[in-house]
Amino acid sequence: MGSAMFGAVESGIIYAIMALGVYLSFRILDFPDLTVDGSFVTGAAIAAILIVNGTNPFFATLLAIGVGFLAGCVTGLLHTKGKINPLLAGILMMIALYSINLRIMGRSNVPLLNEESVFTKLETLFETTGIDALFNNVASSIGLSNLTSTWSILISMLLVTALIKILTDLFLRTQIGLALRATGDNKRMIRSFSANTDQFTILGLGLSNALVALAGALIAQYSSFADVGMGIGMIIIGLASVIIGEAIFGTRTIAVTTFAVVGGAIVYRIVVSLALRVDFLETGDMKLITAVIVIAALVLPQLIDGQKERNRKKRKRLQQELKLREMKDGGEEYASTKSNSQSI
Amino acid sequence: MLRLNQIHKVFNEGTLDEKVALEDINLTLEPGDFVTVIGSNGAGKSTLMNMISGVLTPDVGDVFIDGKQITSLPEYKRSKLIGRVFQDPMAGTAPSMTIQENLALAYNRNRRRTLMKGVTKKLKTTFQEALETLHLGLEDRLSAKVGMLSGGERQALSLLMATFTEPKMLLLDEHTAALDPARAALITRLTGEIVERTHLTTLMVTHNMQQALDLGNRLIMMDSGKVILEVEGEDKQNLTIEALLHEFQRIKGAKMNNDRALLG
Repeated sequence: MGSAMFGAVESGIIYAIMALGVYLSFRILDFPDLTVDGSFVTGAAIAAILIVNGTNPFFATLLAIGVGFLAGCVTGLLHTKGKINPLLAGILMMIALYSINLRIMGRSNVPLLNEESVFTKLETLFETTGIDALFNNVASSIGLSNLTSTWSILISMLLVTALIKILTDLFLRTQIGLALRATGDNKRMIRSFSANTDQFTILGLGLSNALVALAGALIAQYSSFADVGMGIGMIIIGLASVIIGEAIFGTRTIAVTTFAVVGGAIVYRIVVSLALRVDFLETGDMKLITAVIVIAALVLPQLIDGQKERNRKKRKRLQQELKLREMKDGGEEYASTKSNSQSI
Repeated sequence: MLRLNQIHKVFNEGTLDEKVALEDINLTLEPGDFVTVIGSNGAGKSTLMNMISGVLTPDVGDVFIDGKQITSLPEYKRSKLIGRVFQDPMAGTAPSMTIQENLALAYNRNRRRTLMKGVTKKLKTTFQEALETLHLGLEDRLSAKVGMLSGGERQALSLLMATFTEPKMLLLDEHTAALDPARAALITRLTGEIVERTHLTTLMVTHNMQQALDLGNRLIMMDSGKVILEVEGEDKQNLTIEALLHEFQRIKGAKMNNDRALLG
């Protein structure tokens, strides 16, 4: 149980980078970008094939980011210059990337079992410097032993994801970032302030897919394989993270929202791993579980708000009634029974 | 400042819906001119605005600003020179962003946008001073989301943002039409104050004849894509709604009865 949770948090932190990418396109640009399903695999494919061929895993990961950026830019070009509807532009790019990903990998699955990855490198670093031993001591002192063989993934990914979150926050407050947000908020307005909305849409989609490809590259190294089908439904997982996070942590400011997105990604992984422990559910049910989680995250807040509103109205009505009763000195029972029957 | 040279525009040419929107429009605005444009629906007022702002390009004819030909310059490049306020109070601001972020967007109109911080301490003071001129108390709500403001407040902010960097020209497209009478009067007053202070060359479309008479030093009346009346200077100051309607009647003859309702 403990180690399963640990794994869920680990992968949740990596998937949070993808969720931040989806947040950029879906929320900031108001562009439902389905490219994600393809660009996630592109990132994984580039990293995997380069690593298999002996490239430094850090360099391979960087290159994956660049290619993801380009993929996003193409979707942006299709939409802005080709005037293709956002959903369709994303779908077109997604299926185009499917073939491109197969070409990159040369086959449908590239295993990375005994290859050097960013994580094996970090693992050795953590072991040799004694950081692992330190954390293991702390963990066992609070009664959690044998959680993990290495702390390197959790710690390093926590740092990387936090860094990306902070950079995203800072970027969205720059002059370019403000114009990017305005492009998603009110295109007509920002055009009247001399911003080229086409350029900002392309830039935003590029950045979004760069993050998605980075997550893909890291997940491939984390799970020791790249597979052409590993991106199916990725956009929904991203949306799930964004929506769950926003529902739990709120959206008061940009910094709070990006924190919520990261939190949402981790919560999503934990919920999934808990769901998979239920006896009659199988790994194949993952997508169904995801769909149910997203629907719940979308519908539950509405139900809760609706109930709150009803309670508030009921309270108001009671107060009103009390006032009436006081005014009439409890004389006329009729009035209160009447308003009671109306409230039902 | 602004010169329109023989502008023609036809929509849906060659179809049953063909509509001549502008026909041989010639118009010159001197620096500091404040021109009000009136006319019934479909007279071509909005098309005229869109020609100047670059949303539409003319079929024939040229647009000049400051002697520079800008006929085919895309909208976003032109907006360095032209400030605009739209009819819809929701159209001129970004609702999910704060007042200061909106002002920062306006502030960067004629600057290259970089990776520098959008809202700096120094800018905040500048924004506060500018907002004080509106007398709406917005200067104390810099970090409030614009979506929380009322229509009147948003339109006042739009007006401030449009004129913030003192562009070459200001286009006002029925910018008080969607507001209640009190807010409309406020925005009209603010418009007069801002234009007077900045001496912006301004073109304002309105359906409100009184407003067209009260504001500006020139007035033009459009009908069926043509300018049918131009009044300026003292003549405009002495103009009354009655005289304007009479003049319109004289030009248009019997058609008046239909249009009186629309213009009044």
